[in-house]
Amino acid sequence: MGRRYSARMASLSPERLNELRLHANDVRQGIIRSLLAAGSGHSGGSLDMADVFAAMYFQLLRHDPRKPDWPDRDRLLLSCGHIAPVRYSAMAYAGYFPVEELLTLRHFGTRLQGHPERVSLPGLETTSGPLGEGLAQGTGMALGAKMDRASWRVYVVTSDGEHQCGLHWEAMMTAAKFKLDNLTCIVDRNFIQIDGGTENVMPLEPLADKYRAFNWEVFECDGNDIGAFIETVERAKQVEGKPQVVIAHTVLGKGVSYMEGDYLWHGKPPKPDEAALAMRELQSARELIGAQGG
Amino acid sequence: MASTSVGDAAGAMHLVDYADSSAVKQVPTRNGFGEGLVEAGRRDENVIAICADLSESTRMEAFKKTFPARYVEIGVAEQMLVAMAAGLAATGKIPFIASYAMFNPGRSWEQVRTTMALNEANVKIAGAHAGVSVGPDGATHQAIEDIAIMRVIPKMTVVVPCDSVQTQKATLAVAARTGATYLRFARAESAVITTDDTPFEVGRAQTFRDGDDVALVACGILVYNALVAADRLAREDHIECRVVNNHTIKPMDEDAIVEAARACGAVVTVEEHQVHGGMGSRVAEILAARHPVPIEFIGVQDRFGQSGNPQDLVEEYGMGVSAICDAVKRVLARKRSRA
Repeated sequence: MGRRYSARMASLSPERLNELRLHANDVRQGIIRSLLAAGSGHSGGSLDMADVFAAMYFQLLRHDPRKPDWPDRDRLLLSCGHIAPVRYSAMAYAGYFPVEELLTLRHFGTRLQGHPERVSLPGLETTSGPLGEGLAQGTGMALGAKMDRASWRVYVVTSDGEHQCGLHWEAMMTAAKFKLDNLTCIVDRNFIQIDGGTENVMPLEPLADKYRAFNWEVFECDGNDIGAFIETVERAKQVEGKPQVVIAHTVLGKGVSYMEGDYLWHGKPPKPDEAALAMRELQSARELIGAQGG
Repeated sequence: MASTSVGDAAGAMHLVDYADSSAVKQVPTRNGFGEGLVEAGRRDENVIAICADLSESTRMEAFKKTFPARYVEIGVAEQMLVAMAAGLAATGKIPFIASYAMFNPGRSWEQVRTTMALNEANVKIAGAHAGVSVGPDGATHQAIEDIAIMRVIPKMTVVVPCDSVQTQKATLAVAARTGATYLRFARAESAVITTDDTPFEVGRAQTFRDGDDVALVACGILVYNALVAADRLAREDHIECRVVNNHTIKPMDEDAIVEAARACGAVVTVEEHQVHGGMGSRVAEILAARHPVPIEFIGVQDRFGQSGNPQDLVEEYGMGVSAICDAVKRVLARKRSRA
């Protein structure tokens, strides 16, 4: 809160907000446990998108974990597949599969592949990991929904770094051409990629202006403020005749103090002592949420 | 005459009398694609078409006119072509995506691998203007590596029909069959050797001419050259070649290839593609494992194409009738030296 992009609270009660914060805390704990068990994987981006994924699976998405192939479900695509741990954790806590299965992440024979494989795990919409491809596939799905006059929506979670891929911009042009107002792109704007800061590696700014120039409706919010994010997406869904982007400003590694903002945590897992510290921090944060709720 | 040398297997193929060149119609294989796509659209309303700014030359135009609401124009964006189609396939559509083979799948290989094959998306790539027979456009637009880069991908089906009539049938067949597919065809006019009565089944090679000295295993528009070469060898050198139309590169009809190798004891593969990694390479893989025999490879020998008329280019790159005859004699000598 108090951040530049925090939005007004509208519809969510304080009790509901606390429930969602607890879900996000669960998701973060699931991320730490699964990455520790895996011994490899991407901590930073997974943690910073925990609030977004908790908001999606516990508030925004029309979905049913018992019927992952329900034709009228909203489609949530994870374009930057390397932050799979956050999606797996959110799915597990939402009831798609047992939470303990998170400990199989990246192991031989697991359904939780290092990068998500649609064919492997019900509830995934695409196979992803190679960057810059999610919005293109989401554009196809959103156009398919329009052709069928279906009411479901498409959400595509993207990293900021993958905006350096040309295909993403092809998709931006195409989605605007077909006026896909059933398509919302969510950008994890943490300003960090593997080799350092995005603005040093290959500058993306002014990112919002670029989306506007491509005929998208642009929204920005604090992506680690779950209430602000939900309120922003709800406003984006009201837009007619244009695809929307929600630039969610996040802090890499959010929720684990020693990871926050440090690009070196983009692509590695915590060691056992680091994981223990992270779990203590998350447990403390959880108790604080409870106190606020009381 | 071809008709006198046709045996039982070949007789069931209902080919035209290709030995009479004046009676052989010349039609580009892409025309068969255009006709097949419209018919596929009639048969299944889920069939849609997406084109990267080449609707006339890929022959998607007819579909665009017949089913405008199911035609999607996305401009010059071949990676988008594939990835967007994968998204549409996820909603139950059966997208055919068209551009020149050099760009589709040439430019979009990783999208094909990830969003189509690994993701099991029911997308059909229509690769037009394959081979050096593209002609005057030159090397940049002559796809001669596309079979190699598609056949190496798991779960991918690769089909290279021999003429326009067969391309029409192949288009219908791949539309009705679930799975990521690459359908390859050419720009130039080429001989129509099959008829409406000629059978076609994905994955089932066809014996177009019987013989037991050498097996000519061919695909695409060069099947005609193989047939003409076989007739010339029979007439001039008393060499009887079996000609196999090996239209499905993946999954290849392994038993048919092995059977031809057993019957003839020598093989010449014929394709308008690099000899490295193409149809002939797959034939060699199969025979090395199951029934090794001498093989010669007709195709582009590790070079790029260039401008010219199609016929001159086919000759220059060693894929003409004379080059095939020479290869047959070479492989026959190797076979006899082993005996």
